[in-house]
Amino acid sequence: MLYDALIGPFVEFEFMRRALAGSVALSLGAGPLGVFLMLRRMSLVGDAMAHAILPGAATAYLLTGLSLGWMTVGGLAAGLAVALLAGAVARTTALEEDASLAAFYLLSLALGVTLVSVRGTSIDLLHVLFGTVLALDDATLLLLAGIASVTVLALAALFRPLVMESVDPGFLRSVSRMGGVTHLAFLGLVVLNLVAGFHALGTLLAVGIMMLPAIAARFWTRDVTGLIGVATGIGILSGLAGLLASYHLGLPSGPTIILAAGVAYLFSLLFGTERGWLPRFLPRRHLEA
Amino acid sequence: MSAIHFNDLTLGYDRHPVVHHLDGEVRSGELLAIVGPNGAGKSTLLKGIAGALAPLSGSVGVNRKATRIAYLPQAADVDRKFPISVYDVVSMGLWRRTGWLGGVGRQDRAAIEHAIAAVGLTGFEDRAIGALSGGQMQRALFARLLLQDAGVILLDEPLTAIDAKTAADLLDLVRRWHAEERTVVAVLHDFEVVKSVFPQTLLVAREAVAWGASTDVLTPDNLMKARRMLEAPDRAAERCPRAA
Repeated sequence: MLYDALIGPFVEFEFMRRALAGSVALSLGAGPLGVFLMLRRMSLVGDAMAHAILPGAATAYLLTGLSLGWMTVGGLAAGLAVALLAGAVARTTALEEDASLAAFYLLSLALGVTLVSVRGTSIDLLHVLFGTVLALDDATLLLLAGIASVTVLALAALFRPLVMESVDPGFLRSVSRMGGVTHLAFLGLVVLNLVAGFHALGTLLAVGIMMLPAIAARFWTRDVTGLIGVATGIGILSGLAGLLASYHLGLPSGPTIILAAGVAYLFSLLFGTERGWLPRFLPRRHLEA
Repeated sequence: MSAIHFNDLTLGYDRHPVVHHLDGEVRSGELLAIVGPNGAGKSTLLKGIAGALAPLSGSVGVNRKATRIAYLPQAADVDRKFPISVYDVVSMGLWRRTGWLGGVGRQDRAAIEHAIAAVGLTGFEDRAIGALSGGQMQRALFARLLLQDAGVILLDEPLTAIDAKTAADLLDLVRRWHAEERTVVAVLHDFEVVKSVFPQTLLVAREAVAWGASTDVLTPDNLMKARRMLEAPDRAAERCPRAA
């Protein structure tokens, strides 16, 4: 019974195993990035960047059809261009980074939607927006795994300057010129993972697997390494739960994965030991010192 | 030997000078206070020395090869909500040794604990910085300065909103740096502190009003003069005839 509910689908169907492997790979890379986005008060930046990669992927699609490689390159190019332009405008004009990012991603999104509607049918658009986690072929799985590996290694190398840049950017600037490089490398990793997520989940949901587990994790621990561990774990469990729910209930799998992460967030919000809602109402006496 | 050299230095924002045509030098090992009314250009001058602001004209010379600069800005933009411990913030002072990937060895850990003890924060190592009071946070930032082991130390209003005991402890560290022949330049408002701890003072009000022994500089005449020199910025200001 339990076997049929939880394990059977993965034993029986290869596409379920592939989907699970893909979503685990996504969680390994996106989880830690989401934690840093949240801690740097950039939770909505992921959303903006997810929209920004659309015209690159759409252009590649118009030129080459549904080509994994070219759509990845196109999405990366568009995302990095928006990140670099927004950063450059923020550094050289009176605009703050959030304002310049908003301007460029809106421009990019409008361009992307226009390009998709020029030639694409509504089915193509659905593919771009909602991904195909149940149709991951070998090449896509390798791409997801490769991006997850690169992300984990790069984050390990960037960890110290990234924490310093988050806590005290002025200090990092006074001892090193790496501040700007760190920030850009971090945004580059975010774009890379959104492109990975967009193959599996689509542009709109890619950011969900990045942010929801990280935000939920904040209700369980305060420590940065703890947050990364909990967020990655919640991401993996959401992938598992979402795939099973979609299998048993016949729902589209991409959105159910994000819904599962959303349920994890709501659960954490209610029961989280780090200032969740319910523990607030359990009276506990204050300490002696 | 001069640690910092000003050569007709003008610093400012949007072409409006905030520090105007400053000449002079801070000798190596000097303990210099910078005083002046609000808006006199004290913080701007420190930013210029630290290299965080490029001059509009002239130059500020620091022998960066021979001397490292440690700079504690006014109300350092530390994100107090970031979940990080006192220990980890203090250990950032070792960046030049550890870099991106270098390990923190036993000697380094001893140095970190020593610095934390020197500012009186022993026992607070694991405390999140968000749970510190303003004075305790300033102590932690001084511990980080200690670890930076810099030849030139720039402090921008380090004692603002700090209680008397903490101020006294931090001033002891400043005295210690002076005894170790480090160059210390601090922006301060409390003239009593300046007179008792800082042998040299630079009084600025956009331009240098007086520079020399603290007791000679901090006279009622000079202070009155400084206050008069700071009128509102003139939006229709002509190009400065002294600019080369």
